[in-house]
Amino acid sequence: MGMKKKRILRQVIFTLLLCVGALATVIPFIYMISTAFKGQVYVFEIPPRLIPEKPTLQNFITAFSSNNFGRYFFNSTLVTVISVLGILLMASMMAYALARYQFFGRKFLYALVVFFMTMPAMSLIVPQFILAHTFQLTDTLAGLIVMDIAQNLPFAVFLLKGFLEDVPKEIEEAAVIDGASPWAIYWHVILPLARPALATSAIIAFLGAWDEYVWASTITNTPTNRTLPVAIATFQGVHTTNWGLVFAASLIAIVPVLILFISLQKYFVKGMVAGAVKG
Amino acid sequence: MHTKTARDTVTAYLFILPALLFMVVWLVYPMLSALNISLRNWNLMPDAASPFIGLANYLTAFSDQVFWMALKNTAVYALVTVLGQLLLGLIVALMLEQITRGKVFFRTLFYLPVVTSWVVVSLLFKFLFNSSSSGLINYFLVDMLHLVTKPVSWLTEAHTAFVAIDTLGIWKGVGFAMIIFLAALQTIPEELYQVASMDGASSWDLLRYITLPIIVPTVIMVSVMLMIGAFQAYIPVALITKGGPLHRTEFVISYMYSVAFQDLNFGYSSALAYILALLVFGISRVQMRLTRANALKS
Repeated sequence: MGMKKKRILRQVIFTLLLCVGALATVIPFIYMISTAFKGQVYVFEIPPRLIPEKPTLQNFITAFSSNNFGRYFFNSTLVTVISVLGILLMASMMAYALARYQFFGRKFLYALVVFFMTMPAMSLIVPQFILAHTFQLTDTLAGLIVMDIAQNLPFAVFLLKGFLEDVPKEIEEAAVIDGASPWAIYWHVILPLARPALATSAIIAFLGAWDEYVWASTITNTPTNRTLPVAIATFQGVHTTNWGLVFAASLIAIVPVLILFISLQKYFVKGMVAGAVKG
Repeated sequence: MHTKTARDTVTAYLFILPALLFMVVWLVYPMLSALNISLRNWNLMPDAASPFIGLANYLTAFSDQVFWMALKNTAVYALVTVLGQLLLGLIVALMLEQITRGKVFFRTLFYLPVVTSWVVVSLLFKFLFNSSSSGLINYFLVDMLHLVTKPVSWLTEAHTAFVAIDTLGIWKGVGFAMIIFLAALQTIPEELYQVASMDGASSWDLLRYITLPIIVPTVIMVSVMLMIGAFQAYIPVALITKGGPLHRTEFVISYMYSVAFQDLNFGYSSALAYILALLVFGISRVQMRLTRANALKS
């Protein structure tokens, strides 16, 4: 009896402690949401309120009406979708070759991929900036897409190659005997098989591109070329910041990510774990 | 007749070509180019000469006080946040393993900061740590917990600004460490615990002699990843303090950025970038060695 009581007590204590931790994790979010629904005069009220006294949609309306927010949302969506598709295609092709073919330079190429996975992405920003300037990609959405692809490609290759190596070769051997071309095998056999790993790569690449800030804030000038993170950062004023507006904009930006994460959690977690265990 | 291997090589390279081209143009070439730039007194004018000055830019770093301060700040941030994330992530994972109800619920909540953009959470923490008495953190400390007598102006002094930045770093990453530890804990066979329990081991013994030794490699691996992440932290500094006052909250990476895009000194900035990359590689090498040594021991 004592054992069982002890176990129940432990469960209760752990659950309580986890609740404390969860509160510390979530309160900043709750406060962000409530501030987004507060008018500017209520933002610095004392005592601060977690639930706004007079909730208003004004900040959301301002974000879309006077701040061109629809445009930023469109830019972010366009850049992210094209980047993710590009990454999936190129990474899966390279991963297929690395996982299934024996050829000169294979080990070296894989080492290169792993090398750029651990390299601090920002450390190349100066030569990349010069390069973008040479190709006349500064202040264009294409310039953003190119860099999102370059930065997220290595991890996707790594992830997909690891996955494909664990897929038994017998499945595609039937196709080889039927005389299918390498491209047909890749397209009709490998890609459908790799769906879980493609989903994981897509989510991670999506997050990387959607949240990318440093490169976008470096190469874009024209307001109409801003993405969501850049726009949100500029909402932070020089003298006074309209925090309600900042957080209304932030919410609009993070809601798609949170929906994606909560609905595809399984794939996401797999990717994170694969990166940690094999990397 | 051409051999199968020759044909395979051609096919393989055709599949690799698009990705490889991308990596060569946007990663490999910039890496070599950065080395070249770092050895020159780089002139931004397209037609002007950029004289070769050897290691002068690297030597500048050694006598640059701001660089040393930024390096110290980065090291302290890395140490504090990596330890904080590891410890809290491990505790949360161990507790989650033990409870029967609400596992998925808690896991999802703890993971939310990980998937939220750095820009958003940096601005959020700037707001939480604002210096007025209505700032949420000040309100907690002054009015609810009575730990301090008057509101702290967090972001105007370097050491208090780092409290905000370090707290953010830990808060954002606990969920990541937790997820990896949970995965590692699930690989431990249940029988191991059952056998030990029958031999009279307490739950503390189980933790100490079974769980912890098994997950040591994972702890090292996670610490490598967190360390690499910590050395790349730029957005919190850029958005919360802008490196100020007087560069006192600068990290190496934010200093590198401001040398490039405010001082327009591309040569020195590239040297700083190389120093940073070498540091990150050095540290991750040492930590990997530790993993290997550990694997051999057991």
